[in-house]
Amino acid sequence: MIRFILLQNRQGKTRLAKYYVPLEESEKHKVEYEVHRLVVNRDAKFTNFVEFRTHKVIYRRYAGLFFSVCVDITDNELAYLESIHLFVEILDHFFSNVCELDLVFNFHKVYLILDEFILAGELQETSKRAIIERMSELEKLQ
Amino acid sequence: MNPFSSGTRLRDMIRAIRACKTAAEERAVVRKECADIRALINEDDPHDRHRNLAKLMFIHMLGYPTHFGQMECLKLIASPGFPEKRIGYLGLMLLLDERQEVLMLVTNSLKQDLNHSNQYVVGLALCALGNICSAEMARDLAPEVERLIQFRDPNIRKKAALCSTRIVRKVPDLAENFVNAAASLLKEKHHGVLITGVQLCYELCTINDEALEYFRTKCTEGLIKTLRDMTNSAYQPEYDVAGITDPFLHIRLLRLLRVLGQGDADASDLMTDILAQVATKTESNKNAGNAVLYECVETIMAIEDTNSLRVLAINILGRFLSNRDNNIRYVALNMLMKAITFDDQAVQRHRVTILECVKDPDASIRKRALELVTLLVNENNVTQLTKELIDYLEISDEDFKEDLSAKICFIVEKFSPEKLWYIDQMLKVLCEAGKFVKDDVWHALIVVISNASELHGYTVRALYKAVLTYTEQETLVRVAVWCIGEYGDLLVNNVGMLGIEDPITVTESDAVDVIEEAITRHNSDSTTKAMALVALLKLSSRFPSISERIKDIIVKQKGSLLLEMQQRAIEYNSIVDRHKDIRSSLVDRMPVLDEATFNVRRAGSFPASASTMAKPSVSLPNGVEKPVVAPLVDLLDLGSDDILATPSSSGPDFLQDLLGVDLGASSSQPGATLAPKTGTDLLMDILSIGTPSPAQNSTSSVDLLSTADVNSNPSIALDTLSSPAPPHVATTSSTNMFDLLDGLSPSPSKEATNGPAYPPIVAYESSSLKIEFTFSKAPGNLQTTNVQATFINLSPNTFTDFIFQAAVPKFLQLHLDPASSNTLPASGNGAITQNLRVTNSQHGKKSLVMRMRIGYKLNGKDVLEEGQVSNFPRGL
Repeated sequence: MIRFILLQNRQGKTRLAKYYVPLEESEKHKVEYEVHRLVVNRDAKFTNFVEFRTHKVIYRRYAGLFFSVCVDITDNELAYLESIHLFVEILDHFFSNVCELDLVFNFHKVYLILDEFILAGELQETSKRAIIERMSELEKLQ
Repeated sequence: MNPFSSGTRLRDMIRAIRACKTAAEERAVVRKECADIRALINEDDPHDRHRNLAKLMFIHMLGYPTHFGQMECLKLIASPGFPEKRIGYLGLMLLLDERQEVLMLVTNSLKQDLNHSNQYVVGLALCALGNICSAEMARDLAPEVERLIQFRDPNIRKKAALCSTRIVRKVPDLAENFVNAAASLLKEKHHGVLITGVQLCYELCTINDEALEYFRTKCTEGLIKTLRDMTNSAYQPEYDVAGITDPFLHIRLLRLLRVLGQGDADASDLMTDILAQVATKTESNKNAGNAVLYECVETIMAIEDTNSLRVLAINILGRFLSNRDNNIRYVALNMLMKAITFDDQAVQRHRVTILECVKDPDASIRKRALELVTLLVNENNVTQLTKELIDYLEISDEDFKEDLSAKICFIVEKFSPEKLWYIDQMLKVLCEAGKFVKDDVWHALIVVISNASELHGYTVRALYKAVLTYTEQETLVRVAVWCIGEYGDLLVNNVGMLGIEDPITVTESDAVDVIEEAITRHNSDSTTKAMALVALLKLSSRFPSISERIKDIIVKQKGSLLLEMQQRAIEYNSIVDRHKDIRSSLVDRMPVLDEATFNVRRAGSFPASASTMAKPSVSLPNGVEKPVVAPLVDLLDLGSDDILATPSSSGPDFLQDLLGVDLGASSSQPGATLAPKTGTDLLMDILSIGTPSPAQNSTSSVDLLSTADVNSNPSIALDTLSSPAPPHVATTSSTNMFDLLDGLSPSPSKEATNGPAYPPIVAYESSSLKIEFTFSKAPGNLQTTNVQATFINLSPNTFTDFIFQAAVPKFLQLHLDPASSNTLPASGNGAITQNLRVTNSQHGKKSLVMRMRIGYKLNGKDVLEEGQVSNFPRGL
């Protein structure tokens, strides 16, 4: 199960933080700080997995943005790596060529997309098209 | 109407914040915005509400407090329109979590929305519930969610399925309600619904055995068919990832099959074909394919024995291990750890590659590989592997040394073929990574050294040589200091030379130099310094020719800033000065430390009871069970809304505090309040020479010294220490302490300080053994009771290896002092006494109660007796 998902830039600014476990605010900040420190200086050739406390973080870097997913130690690392990529593809479709600024100014939409993709720490939908269609349906209701 | 597109103010705020050059500027902007929002909240204007909340979410993400916006979420959720609700729920999930009490207020709104006629609203409510519901909400809303699993719209069905996953995680009792609904989801064609359905079934299987059995009999074949159809399906652009149709669903299906096949030969049999097909047909040149293969391998290894498949699995792992992609190598290492349990040989074949991985620049790979190597070690390859690892230790990254050295120590301890080899390897580790070595490891080394009498000379010389080069390695210095203190004479006289050694010339003052260096080095910690002082005391007797110099070094420590050091310096100085006649017996060599006792302690096999071997020798700490799992770690668990019971640290012993003995000892361990304190005990034991008197109050080294004195030479004790010979346990320990400090003390107080007297009881009586308890209260502390246990042997045979263990419920704390002896003479001709200190945190409300276990050898046979004491006098 996914414990949390973080989207951070190289400077460590959090662009999205979604927790599926209850954490204190102060604890969340600590987690974000630690995860950023763990992933930011890793060589591109290194594995995309780092052990984090009793869990592990699967991360992937896209330009200046780090997508990090914290999962159970027994979870399939490669699968989560693939789902990060799927999420990025969805964002890319939705914002047509996504960049960090899109995510900053439309942070709430990123959360809404994520809620269509992952729920209760588990994958909810694997089709890009289904999620994009669902989003535009919901946007129409605004 | 839309808070984000039309009202530009959110955008403006984000721009303003982004334009800030400094953190202070940003804080100012945020503060102003927050003030505005608060003002608007007070006006309670519904028009701006969603925009304010959107801003608050952004501010929250920057890390500022936004609790004042929580009620706004609830108001938005309660409003009728979809856009308001949407923002409200989003805010709810971001600003609140399941532990806030405000959340309880939302249960009713959630219930209404789950029954809403608009399916989009239902979707919002399910999403919020799935992400943050608490156990209480789960109970309240489970029936609604269960109903929604059958909803006509697939978007609602999949959300309801995952929501149920969270509900059963939170409240496992509810699992059986969901079994039927979950089974119906497995027949779905819609990928989203199917994947969530599979997830729900997996969850149910892991928490409920009946559910597992149900799915196993009803659904295994269906799932296999689904997997087969998908594997063989034609290209589906919507779900295709690198040539594989929906790898995510593949993986979920394989995982569910794993739990169904595990422990059931029939189910396993059914799935062999499809597993073989997936394992052979899946493309392995892209990540997606490897992810499926990886999952497939794990399933093959978990289900019931199908040898041909396992060969296939191992081959895949072998291929993974030689892959150029680090991610693939990582998962291979991970999986080989599981493979080792059923095919050690196959994994051993990859040993060289795995050993290379230990040296990989990537810390993640190194860590995995190291774990795996530890599992690969056996009696045959231990010397070779250890050599490789130690060679690498010399050149490895500083931050890897801790892990690496811990593993090497583990391997060396476990598989060491002989003591000489063990000591050699440990010395190498201490030289390279001494500052990372844990207490229990070097304690164990000292125990082994102490037991290897023929190697004492060799060891102390090797340590001496090593410590000259590696002065910065704290634990190396400690072990060296201890050994030089104990075996300094062997060092100087080259006693017990082994064939492999080169003779060295060490003068007495060279040896003292090493100790002096340890005591004066600014970054030695207090334990090392204290050990060095003890070593000096011992050397002053071993090297009479330079005892003046040693005395000078000790005297210098009288000015130490550490109270402990000051006190020791004064005490030792007085021993050196005034008690020459008893000094040599006082600082005699330590009796051989009992390995068996130490190992028992170390394994911490009695976490809830204190075992004190009836021997004055070792009570080395069981430093193994450090509270590694800090609350922080627990916090990542879903269930952590339950209040973390932080175990109250065991009340510090006031006497220890007074004496400052408790230096650097690891903080009291939860759950093991009875465990002896690290460090302190070792030091204490170093001093525990001679036979302690039956009535010892051994809370501190000082007491031990004093009682030993009294025992061996009562006249001195009476004259110079003006100490009353300890009549019985009731003599307050503090009196003893002051007496030792020569004249610093007020005249010894009478025993009048004791509380009311309590009648002694017979705590236990069997045909062979009788235990009596006498009680006294520590003055000024009604909660604490000192119990003196007297063991009497009623049988005609002598008991040997006598051990008394006791356990108490949580509201009590128990401390056991060492017993007076471990041999109990026959027919009541003498007794063993042992002091216990019980602290009752519920004094006045609950009375004492205790369980005990007594073990001894009778004619070479182990005897175990157990009993419960519930006849303690009232009011203790």
